[in-house]
Amino acid sequence: MNDIHDELVRIVGAAYVSRAGEELYLYGRDQGVQPPGRPDYVVLPATTEEVRRIVLLAGENGVPVVPMGGGLVLSGLTVPLKGGIVLDMKRMNRILEVNELSHYCVVEAGTTQGALQAYLARRHPALKHSVPDAPPVATIAGNVAIHGSGHLSQSEGGFHSEMVTGLEVVLPTGEVCRLGSCSTVDKWFSRAPLPDLAGLFLGWNGTTGVITKVGMKLFPSFPLKDVLMFMTEDIDAVPEVISRIVSTEMGEDITFFVTPKPAYFDGFQMTNVHIVARTPREMKLRQALVRESVQPYLDRKEAGFLPLPAHMKVNLLAAPQKSLSEFADIRKGGGFEYVGSIMPVESIPGAYRAGLGIAARNGVTYSMGARVVGRGHAVMFYYAFPFNRADEAELQSVRHALEAANRAALDLGGIPWKTEVAGQRMILARMDPATVALMERLRALLDPNGIMNPGNWEVAP
Amino acid sequence: MTELRWNPDICAACETVDCLEKCQYVRYSPEQARGERDRLIRGEETAILTDCVTCYACEEYCPHHNHPFYLIVERQEELGIHPVPKPIEKSQVLMMGPKGRIVPEAVRTPVINLCYFPMMKGAIRGRLLGDASVIVGSDIFCNLMFLHFARNSTIRERLPQMIRNIMTHYLTPGGVDELVCYHDECYGTYTSWAPAFGIDVPFRPVHFFDFLNRRLEALAGQIKPLGLKAAYQRPCSNRLCPETDAWVDAIFEKIGVERTEREFDHGNALCCGGVMEAQQRFELAESNRERNIADMKASGATMAVFNCPFCFFTLAEKAAQAGLMPVMMSDLCHMALGD
Repeated sequence: MNDIHDELVRIVGAAYVSRAGEELYLYGRDQGVQPPGRPDYVVLPATTEEVRRIVLLAGENGVPVVPMGGGLVLSGLTVPLKGGIVLDMKRMNRILEVNELSHYCVVEAGTTQGALQAYLARRHPALKHSVPDAPPVATIAGNVAIHGSGHLSQSEGGFHSEMVTGLEVVLPTGEVCRLGSCSTVDKWFSRAPLPDLAGLFLGWNGTTGVITKVGMKLFPSFPLKDVLMFMTEDIDAVPEVISRIVSTEMGEDITFFVTPKPAYFDGFQMTNVHIVARTPREMKLRQALVRESVQPYLDRKEAGFLPLPAHMKVNLLAAPQKSLSEFADIRKGGGFEYVGSIMPVESIPGAYRAGLGIAARNGVTYSMGARVVGRGHAVMFYYAFPFNRADEAELQSVRHALEAANRAALDLGGIPWKTEVAGQRMILARMDPATVALMERLRALLDPNGIMNPGNWEVAP
Repeated sequence: MTELRWNPDICAACETVDCLEKCQYVRYSPEQARGERDRLIRGEETAILTDCVTCYACEEYCPHHNHPFYLIVERQEELGIHPVPKPIEKSQVLMMGPKGRIVPEAVRTPVINLCYFPMMKGAIRGRLLGDASVIVGSDIFCNLMFLHFARNSTIRERLPQMIRNIMTHYLTPGGVDELVCYHDECYGTYTSWAPAFGIDVPFRPVHFFDFLNRRLEALAGQIKPLGLKAAYQRPCSNRLCPETDAWVDAIFEKIGVERTEREFDHGNALCCGGVMEAQQRFELAESNRERNIADMKASGATMAVFNCPFCFFTLAEKAAQAGLMPVMMSDLCHMALGD
């Protein structure tokens, strides 16, 4: 093992390799409820070449490699289940290109959401990227790799993985590949019209290679922003409400949430519609069209738009949203996990009812909600459970709740998102066997030594 | 349960039907207005029950002080008419309900009631107000806002306890017998709504402007006249105590501010639009705001002065965009004292 350590030091320098107990401890866990693992090394590469050499070294020695971005996935996807190297990508944080005319950027894999957001605001204020509701240290690459979504997912093309215009990846066998237009010309504008190989690295939980660069779509940034909050008390009405609002194509971001606290929100369902515009006149028109889309509900007094004070709007319009981070700390003790499920819009009432039942049965605090992805093609529905890590009984209750939520999501026709190993197995058990076989063949082909994040997307333990 | 002290015979004999004829938000012919009135008296469904924007103005317009607005609210509630969507109404009832978190505190005269606007505590400061005791919160909240929600019942249910809380936890132990009401809504509750519903008020309510006026008089030598022109946004609840509107002029005179002459002031004041938004009347709310701000601007004012925090929240941004500095009356007075 000393040889491997020495070789890692030669590749990245002594300052960027660690096997110190406290660091192995920290890199062995995340904020969620999954049991910790224990890496053998933590390594922070600075270049694609260093990543390539590390992966080759790992392959030669049969050492697992777990790529890690912000480490905020919450479901243990960066917990090294079988030891090995945690490959912390945060040093690869350069923003390499912003193409103002073709609206894309190219970043290194460790570039954080916050860094790109600040960079664009300062240097290219007419452009923005879709920001997930994660802390700003979440990385661009980590988020696209897990099919993340964000504040432009409804209006600008779906999951963040769908906004990827190109990838640079290091294969488990050490080859460096460019995928998309950048494979053929020195431009990162599109994955089409070539065979779409980027899909081999998106949604695979780091089991097929290491993403080192990402091309991402950028979108116009508008000067005026407003938010409308539509309040209902009939969960069965929510899918139609969302469908009507989405169909106006006037909302930039559309999210839905329910929460038992504060008490004046308990039992109600809130749908937030973010609207952006270039001029006050355009804003008024967009607001009017959104409101008119749900006029029958207003006429029947069954639902309505809640007048919002300015300070509340400021909070609601922030990207990323702070409210979920604040909710994450509600139990204190540093524990938070949520089950995200990608599901059709019509599954929202069932998911809501299932969530209420699960929270009640397990005696846990909850928050539930959804973000519309694409033009209402799907939602990312979440059950969020904060917990006190020092309270083992509470930890266990949340584990049960998460498992039940995963099962409920599948039963409702949804698919658990970025789910932990147990959830992955639940999915694989219901997946078309031919699809499972194809996944296994592709993985075996790409990673013949089985070094990439082992334990994930595996049928058998 | 307390009943509205309203005399149907007075309404039936009314020749002018000013309550509806003067209303800025409905256009009824004299004949239609009489028909509306008659149906209101009989407790039947009628257009005004859904047309009403709940601006309170008919309470001021009625020459007989026969509480036409309170009657409209009674009828709306009896007939299950909801001016505001039901979920918003329910949520507001929960949000504004007493939390039972009252902390008894020693008070001394003067005691200023900040209603349920804890964010306004900063206004009670300086030479003008710094010596005042402040009470605020859900457990002393007048609840009059539920007039906008067709819920006299909520006010009936909560107000007696609020009054008991004020007395038991503050005024009685402090040996205080008067309460300065910062918000017109509270003053209107204690001087208009409570008597109309037969609820006893065991303290003397003092309008904030009355109090300010006296304080400014005492500090006259320290005032530096501001030399400004200001438009005043008269809030809906001032319709319950129209006699207090004159104090705005008295205060302005003392601090060297000219209340600009404009179309939408005094009896013709416009609603800030906040409640209209809750009622989902978005175009009306917007047009009200635009007309109101344009009128302030055209009057030559450089400031838009508010006493109602809700009006301030609703209109301040638009006023500022139009080049009018939005300011609360209390802050304007502090400015004149250099505090």
